Amino acid sequence: MSFKTFKGGVHPGHHKSATEKMPVVPAKAPAVAIIPMSQHIGAPCEPLVAVGDLVKKGQKIGASKGFVSVPVHASVSGKVAKIGTCNSALGRAVDAVFIENDFQDTWHEDVKPNPNWEQLTVDELKKVILEKGIVGMGGATFPTHVKLAPPPDQKIEFVLVNAAECEPYLTADHRAMLEQAEDLIVGLKLVMKAVNAPKGLIGIEDNKPDAVEVMKKAAAGEANIEVYALETKYPQGAEKQLINVLTGREVPSGGLPAAVGCVVQNASTCIAISDAVRKGVPLIERIVTITGSGIHEPKNMRVLVGTPVEEVIEQCGGLTENIRKLILGGPMMGFAQPGPENLPVIKGTSGILCLTDLEVQIDEIHPCIKCAKCVDVCPVSIMPLFIGSSVEQGMYDKAESYDAMDCIECGSCAYICPAKRPLTQWIRMAKGEIAAKRRAAAAK
Amino acid sequence: MIIPAVVSLGGLGLVFGGMLAFASQKFAVEIDPKIEMVQEILVGANCGACGYAGCAQFAEEVVAGRAPLNGCTPGGAKVAAKIADLFGAESPEAEARHVAQLTCVGDCNTAKSKHTYDGVKDCKAALMFGGGPTACEYGCIGLGNCVTVCPVDAITMGKNGLPIIDTNACISCGKCKNECPRHVIELVNAKGVHHVRCKSQDKGKQVRGVCDRGCIACKLCVKNCPVDAIHMEGNVAVIDSYICTNCGTCVEVCPQKTIV
Repeated sequence: MSFKTFKGGVHPGHHKSATEKMPVVPAKAPAVAIIPMSQHIGAPCEPLVAVGDLVKKGQKIGASKGFVSVPVHASVSGKVAKIGTCNSALGRAVDAVFIENDFQDTWHEDVKPNPNWEQLTVDELKKVILEKGIVGMGGATFPTHVKLAPPPDQKIEFVLVNAAECEPYLTADHRAMLEQAEDLIVGLKLVMKAVNAPKGLIGIEDNKPDAVEVMKKAAAGEANIEVYALETKYPQGAEKQLINVLTGREVPSGGLPAAVGCVVQNASTCIAISDAVRKGVPLIERIVTITGSGIHEPKNMRVLVGTPVEEVIEQCGGLTENIRKLILGGPMMGFAQPGPENLPVIKGTSGILCLTDLEVQIDEIHPCIKCAKCVDVCPVSIMPLFIGSSVEQGMYDKAESYDAMDCIECGSCAYICPAKRPLTQWIRMAKGEIAAKRRAAAAK
Repeated sequence: MIIPAVVSLGGLGLVFGGMLAFASQKFAVEIDPKIEMVQEILVGANCGACGYAGCAQFAEEVVAGRAPLNGCTPGGAKVAAKIADLFGAESPEAEARHVAQLTCVGDCNTAKSKHTYDGVKDCKAALMFGGGPTACEYGCIGLGNCVTVCPVDAITMGKNGLPIIDTNACISCGKCKNECPRHVIELVNAKGVHHVRCKSQDKGKQVRGVCDRGCIACKLCVKNCPVDAIHMEGNVAVIDSYICTNCGTCVEVCPQKTIV
C-alpha cells in the first residue's frame, strides 16, 4: 500500500506512545486566568474591560479594528483583578487581562446554541467565526476568517483538513479526532460552505491508524469528503506540503493556498468552528498534550485558555529535577520558553513539552561539510547550507538571494545536519532582517 | 626552420600590440587623477564610516564635490587637511576624535541573568528568545556581535562576558554602535576619561534587583560635580565630556561604581 507524500522531509522518532492512548481529561479551572490580548498573528486586541469589572464566561473582553485580528474572550467568570503583562509563547511580553475566577461558571448571554445553524448564510457564518475568536490551532494562530476570505478572483475548490499532526510527541489532534469525529466533519462542512468549495479532504499520518478508521467511518455518509492516510514523515502537516500531497498542486513562492484553490484548516480548528456555530461557544478552551520525559504524568488535557502553564504542569505531577527545556508546541517548530512563570496557555498551545538531558543535546557548532543533506530534506527546495553561511557572515542580502523568505521554518535541515549547525535559527534571523529591510524600503 | 616562426609570431605580436596601443588611446576612459591621489591619502580600511561603499567610492564623491573633505572619520584631522591641501581649500576645522565605548558594566559576576541561552552565538538571535538572557533589559548581552563587525579588530571579548574596546586602535567608524541591538556601544569624545557606564532607564530599586553596578539615579554625581558637567537623562546620569575636567569626584561618590 503506497501512501501519499511529498519531496524531502525527515523521520524523527514519534515519541507519541506516552499519551496517544490517553483520553482527554479536563484540567482544573485556574484561580486567576491570564488572558493575553494577543493570541493570534496580526493586530493585538485592546481590552474592553477595566479593573474591577465583573465578567462572565465567554464574554468578549478584547477586540481590535484590524482585519487580521480576532477578539478574545474570558474563559472563566469573575472579577478583573488587573490589566498587566504576561510572557507569551513567542518570547516577548504582551498585554493581558487577569481574571480572578469566582468558580461559578456563569456563561455570558451571547453564548447560546443556535438551533438554526444549518440555515446560516455564508456571510453570517463568517461573522460567527470572526466573533467567536477562531484562529488556526495548529500553532501559527492565523485568524480563520481571513483564510475564509480569499480574493474574489480565486475559486476555492478544496478545503483540506490538516490532521497529520506530524510533530513528534503531540497527540492533541489525534485524541480530538477519536473523541470528536462528528464535530470535525460538521466543522469541515461549515468551512466548505463558507468558501463554497465542492470538495473536502482530510489528511492523516498513517501512524494513527485508529484515527484514520474513525474518520473514514464518520465521513462515510458524505460523498464529497475523502479521508487519506499519509506517509508518516515530517513536515507532512505543513500547509504547502499538505496541499501538494493531497491535490498535486504547488503553491507558488510567496503565494497563499488560495492561489491554487485550496484552504487548509487544522483538525482542532474545525472542531472549534463547529462548537462556535452550533453551540455559540467562543474559542476559550483547547486540547493540550503535556508530555516529555521531564513530566511525571504525561496527559492530554482540555485546558481553558488563560490557565497558567505552571498550574497545568502541577496537575500532571510536576516537573522532574533534570528538566532542561520547556517548549510550547512540538519539538520541531514549538517555542522554547525561559520558564513556566507568568505564562498562560493560549489558543495556539498544542503542547507543553518538558524535555530533560535525555532528550536535549546541545552540541558545538561545526563547520559545514557541504554534504547537502539539508538540501535533500528541505521540503521547499531551498539550500539551507548557503543561507546559514551567509547569515553567519552577516550577509543578509546574499541570504535573500538564496530564497530565505520561502523557508517554512520546519527545522528539518537543523535536525539532519551532521555538523550540528543551527540552520533554522539562522534562517529565522535572516527572515527577520530581510523583512525589516523590506519594510524600510516600503516606508521610503 | 626557426626564422619563419620568429618572424610570423613577432610580426603578429607587433600588429596586435599596435592595435591595442591604438585602442587604449582611442577608447580611453578619462579618470580624474585626483581620485587616485585622494584614495592614496585615505586610511584604506574600507570601513564605510563615511557613508559610502568604501574608500574608492568616497574618493570619487569627494572629487565630485558631493562628499565633505573631512568625511573620512578614521583619518580624522590629518587626512582632512591633506585632502584639503590637494584641492587648495582651507583645511576644515578639526573635530574632536571619538572612540567607541561600552556603556554597560554589568558583567557575568555583577549582573543577573534571566535564563540560559543555548542557541546561536549572536546578540540579535539571543534577543529573539524571551527578550534576551540578561535580567536587565538595557544591558550588554555579551555574545560579541561588535567583536565580529569591527573592521580593525579593536574589540575582543573579555572573560567577564563584556567586550573590551582598544580605544587606541578604534577608528570610530561606528559599525559596532550600529550593530549592537541593546545600543550599549556609543561613540564618545576620546578626551573624556570618566563616563557613566549604564543605560538603564529603570528605577533604582529595579536596577538593584538585576545588577550590582547599574545607575540607580541617586544623583550624587550630579550634586557633587564641581563644574556641573553631569545631568540626568531620564533615570540615568550622563557626563558631558566637553565640560568635564576629569577631576574624578563622581567616580569617588558613585555608590554603585557605575562611573569609571
